[in-house]
Amino acid sequence: MIKIEKRNDVPMALYFFTPFIAIVLTILGGGIIFYILGFNPIEALKFYFITPISNLYGFSELLLKATPLCLIAIGLSFCFKSNNWNIGAEGQLTFGAIVGGGVALLFYNQEGFYILPLVILAGAIGGMIFALIPAVLKTYFNTNEILVSLMLVYVSKLLLDYLVVGPWSNPEGFNFPETRQFSESSRMPLLFEGLRIHAGIFLALAAVMLSWFILYKTYLGFQIKVSGLSLKTAKYAGFKGKTMILVVFMISGACAGLAGVGEITGPIGQLHRMISPDYGFTAIIVAFLGRLNPFGIIFASLVVALTYLGAETAQIFLQIPKYTGQVFQGMILFFLLASDYLLFFKVKILSLKKNELRH
Amino acid sequence: MYKNFFRYLISAIFLLGFSVNSNADFKVGFVYVGPTGDHGWTFQHHEGRNAVEAAGIKTTFVESVPEGADAERVIRQLAQSGHDLIFTTSFGYMDPTNKVAKDFPNVKFEHATGYKREHSNVSTYSARFYEGRTLLGHIAGKMTKTNTIGYIASFPIPEVIRGINAMTLAAQKVNPNIKTKIVWVFTWYDPGKEAEAAQALIDQGADVIMQHTDSTAPVQTAEKAGVWSFGQASDMQRFAPKSILTSIIDDWAPYYVERAIAARDGTWNQQDTWHGLKEGMVAMGPYNSAMGADLVKEVEQLQKDLASGKVHSFTGPIYDQKGNILVAEGKVADDGMLAGMSVYVKGVEGDIPK
Repeated sequence: MIKIEKRNDVPMALYFFTPFIAIVLTILGGGIIFYILGFNPIEALKFYFITPISNLYGFSELLLKATPLCLIAIGLSFCFKSNNWNIGAEGQLTFGAIVGGGVALLFYNQEGFYILPLVILAGAIGGMIFALIPAVLKTYFNTNEILVSLMLVYVSKLLLDYLVVGPWSNPEGFNFPETRQFSESSRMPLLFEGLRIHAGIFLALAAVMLSWFILYKTYLGFQIKVSGLSLKTAKYAGFKGKTMILVVFMISGACAGLAGVGEITGPIGQLHRMISPDYGFTAIIVAFLGRLNPFGIIFASLVVALTYLGAETAQIFLQIPKYTGQVFQGMILFFLLASDYLLFFKVKILSLKKNELRH
Repeated sequence: MYKNFFRYLISAIFLLGFSVNSNADFKVGFVYVGPTGDHGWTFQHHEGRNAVEAAGIKTTFVESVPEGADAERVIRQLAQSGHDLIFTTSFGYMDPTNKVAKDFPNVKFEHATGYKREHSNVSTYSARFYEGRTLLGHIAGKMTKTNTIGYIASFPIPEVIRGINAMTLAAQKVNPNIKTKIVWVFTWYDPGKEAEAAQALIDQGADVIMQHTDSTAPVQTAEKAGVWSFGQASDMQRFAPKSILTSIIDDWAPYYVERAIAARDGTWNQQDTWHGLKEGMVAMGPYNSAMGADLVKEVEQLQKDLASGKVHSFTGPIYDQKGNILVAEGKVADDGMLAGMSVYVKGVEGDIPK
């Protein structure tokens, strides 16, 4: 007989240490999978986790990949900390990119220092508005935000499809589903000649700082944390629950919108149907792996970004199927949740013999 | 000044970082948009790669590379890691391919279905799939009882419109009452949507279904409904043995082998290739015996004539939907007109989505 009991004294240090345990277990699990697939596990893991960042270019690509993940996860941490389950960051990213991209197209072939800030602002507002839909429906009509935010992902993707195929498609583009290339003045400035890493990384870092400040130094942050720990306590304390829900969704949507606009004004340079390889969903793993802590999220976004790059290098050098990248992401989440479970609960195995039962 | 300094610095770092990995062997890299097991577009490119490998040349591939920000990194990594020739096999890789080609003048690049060759080390290639469509049109015109042909189309780009027109013209030639009904699915690969589109066309009376999308869902839907269908990109016969009359097969193997050998031997040069039935880049699957021996013979003859150039898919007189003349009697459409085709011919129903 198995008995599961809640642990009363969970040390905080261990709580922040488990993500590392999860990563180590993922690497071990990955090694076993590579071994079963017939590869030398040490060599495969080297190509997976070391080769991609063994030079400056690789490292810059890691930062480029981590930027949207970090931004979205920071936003999600506000929602998740306060018990609001925003699963639709991908939709908010897409809608932000649509609004930001629309502004960029509006200023097509124009020059001016003010264009890029406008495009970025439009992206953030776009994401914010799109996140307000599930928030308003939740606060005023008591709908389930998980479902609404998730379903809105499809709405935004179909809207993007419509725009790039129809009214916004490049007039000289032979009807291919893409817009014109944005003008230079609505592109993110590159940090180094020859590398793709762009000023968007400063947005992510600013978001990290700001979120740390809001979460740990303001009354709003306090409200968010209390609501996350206990909704009843929050109500008893007289916090305005509805306003808080709207605010956390707006922050989350704005961050996702910024991530979207960073991608289209950064490495992509136009709107088309493939602006995000599901960053909005992967960022959920990032948020939890980072323990919803701003600095933890930086670390987690780098780890998860590495699984993308590693999957590519492993396929180039060893022809390991690229889908192992998703397997790694899945394993990280699995091991994290499993170690959390063991952290918070005790599993007691009791003998089946009645007379040996102590209870 | 400092810009140049950075440029040299970065190049130096590239060289340092990758000199360890590069080796003297000649290697060819492939970038795929889908999984190698899609039984359509990517599957056929993968078959082409296998042929290169069989010719004794080392190859590498990366599958399911999204046509967004990731493509450039993958192409660049292939170039950096000692690949001498890189095939990028989807339209969406056009700009990344040209961008990377600029930084690697000694690496050769081949981009499928694109039109940008911004540097002397970039070639483009595509197939005259419309020749296959002409054969499908001939067969469909003869086989239909309802005089309605259902066409599942992806995006209103010239390539797809050319296929619709070539098929309709050939079908009209053998059956003047033919109507072509089109459903636009706005995707290259989405089995669910493609199956729904096939069903919608069947419900509207189409008894021959053809597709310009990559999954096997439409032929399977046709098989279930007991109507005729055609395979796309690869031989899909085993997915719908009763329903499939033939398949248009993209055979990239001869081209890939030829270009890989040329690049290895130093005879590679930039070109824009558009091969068809003649060169074998477009091939036909086995003809279904349900067509009857006479029709099979006719189609085989037409296939030979298209390959030899005796018959052209777009021979005048050709009219657009409003009845304006597009190609005069006795003339054939030139490649420029084909490459930019953006109107339907007479007999196609509906409008091109805008």
